[in-house]
Amino acid sequence: MTAVAPGPAGMMTSEVLPARSAASQDWNDILKWGAIGAASIAFLALTGMLVVLDPRPVISGALSLGYVAMIWVPLVLGYTTTKQVVLEGMARNEQGAADVVRGALIGALTGAGMSILAVLVNAFDLRDPLVNWSPELLAKLGFDRGLGFGVIAWIVLGAVLGALGASLHLMPARIAKTLGIVVGTILFVSIFEAFLDDLLEGFGLTFLTDFLYASRGGLTIVSTIVLGIAAALFGMFGSGKSAGLTAKLDAMEAPQRKNANMLIWAAGLAALVLLPIFTGKITNELLANVGIFLLLALGLNIVVGLAGILDLGYVAFFAVGGYTVAILTSPNSPGFSPGLPWWVALIVTVFMAVLAGLLIGAPVIRMRGDYLAIVTLGFGEIIRLLALSDWLKGWFGGAQGITNIPPADFGLFEVKGTDPRSVYYLTLFFVLVAIYVSWRLEGSRLGRAWMAVREDESVAEAMGINTVNIKLAAFVVGAVLASFGGAILSAKVGSIFPTSFLILVSVIILVVVIVGGMGNIAGVIAGSVVLIGVLGGPKQPGLLQEFSTFKLLIYGALLVWMMLKRPEGLIPNARRTRELHQEEFLQDAWLKGEIDTDDDDVADAVDTVVDAVDGEASTGGAPA
Amino acid sequence: MTDDKPGPLLEFRDINTHYGAVHILKDVNLAIYPGELVCLLGGNASGKSTTLKTLLGMVTPTTGDVVLDGEIVTGQPTSYRVERGITMVPENRRLFKRLSVLENLQLGAYLRNDKDGIAEDLERIYSMFPRVKERLKQQSGTLSGGEQQMVAMGRALMARPRVLLMDEPSMGLAPALVQTNFELIQQIHESGVAIFMVEQNANMALSIADRGWVLQTGKVVLDDTADALMQNPDLRASYLGDAASH
Ligand SMILES: Nc1ncnc2c1ncn2[C@@H]1O[C@H](COP(=O)(O)OP(=O)(O)OP(=O)(O)O)[C@@H](O)[C@H]1O
Ligand SMILES: [Mg+2]
Repeated sequence: MTAVAPGPAGMMTSEVLPARSAASQDWNDILKWGAIGAASIAFLALTGMLVVLDPRPVISGALSLGYVAMIWVPLVLGYTTTKQVVLEGMARNEQGAADVVRGALIGALTGAGMSILAVLVNAFDLRDPLVNWSPELLAKLGFDRGLGFGVIAWIVLGAVLGALGASLHLMPARIAKTLGIVVGTILFVSIFEAFLDDLLEGFGLTFLTDFLYASRGGLTIVSTIVLGIAAALFGMFGSGKSAGLTAKLDAMEAPQRKNANMLIWAAGLAALVLLPIFTGKITNELLANVGIFLLLALGLNIVVGLAGILDLGYVAFFAVGGYTVAILTSPNSPGFSPGLPWWVALIVTVFMAVLAGLLIGAPVIRMRGDYLAIVTLGFGEIIRLLALSDWLKGWFGGAQGITNIPPADFGLFEVKGTDPRSVYYLTLFFVLVAIYVSWRLEGSRLGRAWMAVREDESVAEAMGINTVNIKLAAFVVGAVLASFGGAILSAKVGSIFPTSFLILVSVIILVVVIVGGMGNIAGVIAGSVVLIGVLGGPKQPGLLQEFSTFKLLIYGALLVWMMLKRPEGLIPNARRTRELHQEEFLQDAWLKGEIDTDDDDVADAVDTVVDAVDGEASTGGAPA
Repeated sequence: MTDDKPGPLLEFRDINTHYGAVHILKDVNLAIYPGELVCLLGGNASGKSTTLKTLLGMVTPTTGDVVLDGEIVTGQPTSYRVERGITMVPENRRLFKRLSVLENLQLGAYLRNDKDGIAEDLERIYSMFPRVKERLKQQSGTLSGGEQQMVAMGRALMARPRVLLMDEPSMGLAPALVQTNFELIQQIHESGVAIFMVEQNANMALSIADRGWVLQTGKVVLDDTADALMQNPDLRASYLGDAASH
């Protein structure tokens, strides 16, 4: 079954068009997309990306990250604006040359956006409202070779990339895929230099790093070529293997499959336990950060994903955990400093989190939807403002926070910020606990009750579910998981301030949950790794340290893109996928004449559709 | 009433229900006896759904008492009443659409913890509705209307009710299915469950019911056996589409 591109692809023609010559083009459409491309690429340049990311080479001496952040625009536009919606049973109209010309024109217009920007920057000074309107930008727009060169080069570059994007449709699928793998590999190896460097060093493979990377960072030209050839070989001949493996796994009998699954889990766990032995401080610190946010995201996933309570003040419970441990363990805490060991403080933290969950939950739980979201948002801020206030300064230290929080001492080893590996292990422990709890809850009576309340509160009540208590339970479980995160943070950082608990934390965790796939544990894990690990958390840099400045921009863009193209998240929950794509699939099925008006047939068609979605959900990985 | 007749299973004693200042149910008295099939007729907005919600405790009456098997349960929450044998099939079926058929059924048994009994009841429902068994893993929102009705009834039966409240069970069903649906209701009734059914389809409802009430702007205006109601000229005129007899 050919999957039909969902969503806004509808704006492209779905009827069979007569074959056209290269010269006959829909000029208005080309102008429209060209203008969109030009505006987008100029906007990206004006965010400062081009200049800020320029010092970071991707291929030493040839290509910098700044340019990579720009040139994907014509490539992607060339690809998407020539994409044909192909319905099964309808002949694909061969357009060939017309498509490539169209892509090239749109790409050229996109590139012209940069040319125009260069001319404007040269002529006017708009530095006042636009901080990045600078001579440096002008230099980069001219590829450091002057305005004239830049103006021409952008248009040519745009045309070439646009044409390349368009021609991806015309290539045999295998070649297009191989090209994708080559570019992806080069970018991956180059962008994750710090991480790979660290990892390879841990395994004593420094000769590999020496070969791959230039002394000032980035791949060397030689290593780029070697990597490209290796990736191409893999793409042409090797990439069928992994698909074969999945198929093999799918074909297994249930008990056999269970064993295989167990084996995979055990291997994954072993890798997680062993990994930090080989990686260095920076990587371990990063992994620990991912873990802390994963812990928070798993908790929020129970509240939002399972019980359907849109809590925007989730950071409050993170703060409760952080401050409880800080007060109870630090000898410096202003009001009351019993100097308890970390794990004793942790037990108190659990109580405090339950209490906070009940206190905040009780008044808001009777509200629904938007009202609840707004009120929780308020509570999230209230907790931070209380910690900041003069009134409670004697307890929480006001803006100075609480410092000198000792490491978590477990007798045999200590968990402290200067030893990220120890933090990693402590976090891993709590994350595993949280995953186990989430997983068990999902299939339990309580989990079902949460979902019932999420689906239809009054019917849930008619089933005898005490909806208030059930929702409070979700709040409390989420609160406890978040407080663990706060407790780890205290021990790790050694000091706690009100600014550690900005509303931004709530927002970012929510984005992690949404982008990963709401109500889905694997999705939440993927979301944390991709967003926190790669882009970075509210205060923590990710693998792409250079992107820190643009983190929120990327978060926002990602969120919008996800909502449009993949509302079910990176790793979809089969259930949600069905719900969200039901209509599209029904329409497609109808178009294909699979559905007529008879009731039973509709049900059967829905079955086919649901099966198709299931199949897709289980095989579909990250978006291309 | 003779002494050996059992007392009513479910009773309204002088119930008045308000939504804010709006008076909906006015001095309503009802009694449903074990094993009976009773139907409640009435025009739109006459308070039929409100009657059911008041019985189940989702709406609290302003005055009067709801009595379940001799015990006054007026102040008790819904869960308390469900535990003691009242269950509702809500208006428009209202399945948990994103949950599977099986999960819907399991939620019907939410307050029970006798695992064996639940498994037994599941089997009973499968044999009653073989189609449901075929579609256990399917997301319930994608079922056809008729199938949804089966799941909604199955879900209610999973609570092992003594009295089943049904709010317009034939609403939105194709005419062919309405007949089957009433047969199913009769089947459930014959298994010993008392049924209190709100229906617009007065003809059909009265043909299987023992007794009936007619509600008009919150007041019980007729209360008789089903046969007598069928013959009642006023009712025939207004609900049975029989203009000639007037
Ligand atoms: N939650 C509510 N708040 C305010 N008014 C309500 C509420 N629920 C119902 N009503 C009003 O109470 C009256 C009776 O409603 P009810 O749902 O009991 O009618 P009904 O007899 O079931 O009608 P129908 O046959 O159309 O389902 C209506 O006028 C309705 O608008
Ligand atoms: Mg009604």
